[in-house]
Amino acid sequence: MALNPEFVGRTYAASAPYLVGREKIREFANSIGDRNPAFHDVEAARALGYSDVIAPPTFPVVISMTALATAMFDPELGLDYSRVVHGEQRFNYSRPVVAGDSLVCVPTIDGIRSAAGNDLITVRGEISTEAGEHVVTTYATIVSRGTAEEN
Amino acid sequence: MAASVRYDDVEVGTQLPSKSFPLQRVNLVMYAGASGDFNIIHWNERIATAVGLPNVIAHGMLTMASAGRVVTDWLGDPGALVDYGVRMTRPVVVPDDDRGAVVEVSGVVGAKLDDGLVRIDLTATSEGQTVLGKAQAVVRLA
Repeated sequence: MALNPEFVGRTYAASAPYLVGREKIREFANSIGDRNPAFHDVEAARALGYSDVIAPPTFPVVISMTALATAMFDPELGLDYSRVVHGEQRFNYSRPVVAGDSLVCVPTIDGIRSAAGNDLITVRGEISTEAGEHVVTTYATIVSRGTAEEN
Repeated sequence: MAASVRYDDVEVGTQLPSKSFPLQRVNLVMYAGASGDFNIIHWNERIATAVGLPNVIAHGMLTMASAGRVVTDWLGDPGALVDYGVRMTRPVVVPDDDRGAVVEVSGVVGAKLDDGLVRIDLTATSEGQTVLGKAQAVVRLA
């Protein structure tokens, strides 16, 4: 079943605040094998002008995951989890995530299109501090294989 | 908050240092735990092959994270990254052997933009095949 394009523009409730921990950043950086001192060493991060260690550029997926899943798996949208793969990902940064940030993510369905028999849905996640400072916008495009209607 | 690379020192075609990223099953397990992405196709060969994959595959986001290191290591300050996007065009297959997979990443300055911004075009391959498409980063140089 093709996805309903009328869902484009639909926004969902903000996720619960995510408190970014220094050790979580280090754990994430270690998991991608990244020894950049800005991710591990508080003094090195401060020398660059940050208040604490900063997170690797792809870390915001950890914050956005739950919020984006809320949108992607809205039962009314009808996306079949067993058919989906992650097709595209983009981040647009106002600044890096810093340890100590308390961040919320507001998901919006940004686009729905069909290509080569697949449905593609893009969900935008606006990640900001609880105080409202924008940090990063994430765009995740999920491909639902073989669900677009044949022409 | 400033890159160690100067805008005036690069031109279109300037190459970034290439890197190789070995990925073994343990790296996928570590990434699953750290990211919270426990999709079974990233750690269970029985299920991965049952759904038509050649073997367990790496998280697309782990491949994206690896490719991004070519940019952030070059920048010095990872916070000089303004925008980063990729298409996951082909999965990185990670066999359960002593070698695993290797992702080879190279980067080149693709365009000089206004306001000290530069676009980096990345190429990521595994087993000689491209695994990321339209992999581009926009960075702010000093």
